[in-house]
Amino acid sequence: MRRSTPVLLAVCTALAVGVVGCTSDVPGASPSAGPSGAGTGETSKFFVQADHDNELALRTKAATGPADKPWEQALDPKTVDTAKYKKAGPYHLCFSNAGVGNPWRQVGFKNMQAEVKLHPEIKTFTVADAESKDDKQISDITDLLGKGCDALIVSPNTTATLTPAVEQACAKVPVIVFDRGVNTKCPVTFINPIGGYAFGATGAEFLVEKVKPKGKILALRILPGVDVLEARWGAAKVVFDKSDLDVVGVEFTDGDAAKTKTIVTNYLQRFGDIDGIWMDAGATAVAAAEAFEDAGKPFPAIVGEDQQDFLKMWQDKKLTAIAPTYPTYQWRTPVIAALQILGGQPVPSPWKLPQPTITQDNLSNFVQKDMPPLHYAMCGCSTLPGYPGDWGGK
Amino acid sequence: MSTDVASPTGSAPAVPAGLGGGGRGGWGAGSIRPVLIILVLLLIAVGIRQPDFYDPPVLLAFLKRAAPLIILAAGQYFVIVAGDFDLSVGSLVTAEVVIAARLIDGDPAATWPVVALLLAFGLLVGLVNGVVTTLLQVPSFITTLGMYLVLVGAVYTWTGGSPRGALSEEFRMLGRRGVDGVPVLGQLPYAVLVLAGVAVLAVLAMRADFGKVLLAVGDNPRAARLTGVRTARVRTIAFLVSGACAAVAAILLGGFGGVSFQVGAGLEFTAITAVVLGGVVLGGGRGSVAGAMLGALTLQTLLTLLNLLGVSGALSSAVQGLIILAAVAVGTLRRRT
Repeated sequence: MRRSTPVLLAVCTALAVGVVGCTSDVPGASPSAGPSGAGTGETSKFFVQADHDNELALRTKAATGPADKPWEQALDPKTVDTAKYKKAGPYHLCFSNAGVGNPWRQVGFKNMQAEVKLHPEIKTFTVADAESKDDKQISDITDLLGKGCDALIVSPNTTATLTPAVEQACAKVPVIVFDRGVNTKCPVTFINPIGGYAFGATGAEFLVEKVKPKGKILALRILPGVDVLEARWGAAKVVFDKSDLDVVGVEFTDGDAAKTKTIVTNYLQRFGDIDGIWMDAGATAVAAAEAFEDAGKPFPAIVGEDQQDFLKMWQDKKLTAIAPTYPTYQWRTPVIAALQILGGQPVPSPWKLPQPTITQDNLSNFVQKDMPPLHYAMCGCSTLPGYPGDWGGK
Repeated sequence: MSTDVASPTGSAPAVPAGLGGGGRGGWGAGSIRPVLIILVLLLIAVGIRQPDFYDPPVLLAFLKRAAPLIILAAGQYFVIVAGDFDLSVGSLVTAEVVIAARLIDGDPAATWPVVALLLAFGLLVGLVNGVVTTLLQVPSFITTLGMYLVLVGAVYTWTGGSPRGALSEEFRMLGRRGVDGVPVLGQLPYAVLVLAGVAVLAVLAMRADFGKVLLAVGDNPRAARLTGVRTARVRTIAFLVSGACAAVAAILLGGFGGVSFQVGAGLEFTAITAVVLGGVVLGGGRGSVAGAMLGALTLQTLLTLLNLLGVSGALSSAVQGLIILAAVAVGTLRRRT
């Protein structure tokens, strides 16, 4: 769900001709109020301790598979037998996509299309774009099943709603699910990186390390109620609660740069200085950093993501920063998995991909001056056919 | 502050002064006195909460952030006072910013041609809104709602759901930077200069004959038409003004925050809230453009105060809704008495 939020908002706003729009769904709790506790508010109902502990442990596990191809690696793999799906090529591969409504999904989809081109045994690749609508994706899956697919890749728009449609597909073809999950074990494998808890904790731990004790932290979240984003914040909250940092505010930005900048500017006025910025997604990290610049304040320690605009600013302005990633190279893996399944080879299930972090030490490997500002660096795409032009680069 | 509804040219029926025609010092519907009092109270509250708020640089930074909303409110005023609505401004702002990023694509040389194109696009959208509303006689609520959906859909289709390209530093300068080294003030933001320019133009337009005719059309379109006013043309011009203001606001917002798909989301309602808060009567005919702009300033001050008080952003939407309800209810009561 993580990346569909801007689209959800757009769609929601389009439908809501009401006066206050859809942001009024935000719970009324005001996590920024008062000095109660560490200022991080209450633990969300999305928080699952076992998943949290599992993801944090996975961060230090060594991955199996080729080191230079993280999209083929797996953490802690338990393989399943796929002999019953074995089939001679050429193949007709089908993909039901939740949507391409944000830069992350656009980069990812480019990766997948290029990966398909690497495999001549894929004769046809049929894609249905659900445009971030559950109902469209449900009918897309039904349509695809009537087209003679040999295997179906699904990137679900939402978890619960798409589960029955995926179960229906499992009965007919091998199904591979990636990115967001479904509530059923029927797909042959589920591919995703370590996850939101690891992402959120990595950023928060960096701030604990870099910001002086009692330092003031502002946490910026896109919106509440989305499981991946809740997991990121949930893990960060655990880290902050254990630290002696002072979380002075937890605010929702709707992923809007101008709103982010206004919020940060207001906090700078209110508190004089902010020492660290934690973000649940990096899309507005540049706006947050610019607010310090425009206010004439020193840059804080900041958590971003692997988008080029942020990496470039980090390098140019010598920020104290870290970029946990939710790598777009995971879009390559389902194609590889589908071919392995159709070849009768065992595949990891679930297939947990490594989730690298960009730090000061490896930053220069990821700044790509010729790529567009919203390109995601952790794409594993630089050796794919059509790079960099197909990704908007020069 | 050209609220002299009592003597519109084109000799449309004057609003009897006793009905609270909205003289600038009065208390009736359309008066700016209530919003001024609210604004002063809020400013005092902000000053208590944040004593350095009145330092010139802090105050200017505040005005800089308020400028786009004030400009949007000014544009929305022209439409509302003529008896219409413009619900398309929010999506127009988003469309403008996304178009700018795509066309400039980081190239400084493209900055000014694209700025001109953005203004032209704003005017074009206003023209279509106006023509559909007046010539095809589609209620403006529906026309501009349709335009809103068209723009949302078109931008989504064109970009595939995520903005591409980049704004140049020169483009961003307008919303982000200012004239440095001004005595006392420090930096004088360009956004504040643009705001001042728009405010002067808007007030002058409302003081001129055009403004009086516009009020007459909003107050009683039939009477205005019977006395020889070309109401269709006047209302269309109001939509043009609104489109142009949205373009200017988009340039400032894009400059301030950078490319974003969310930049305009919900702005149409914020602008309408501001206009209503400024004492302008929905349905047209009463209220001043100064009131509308003060309403926007008041709304921005209120949001700042809520933030200073630690109220979460979520509540600000609810506050906005309450303001619209209260302002319309109070306005109706005032007209009845």
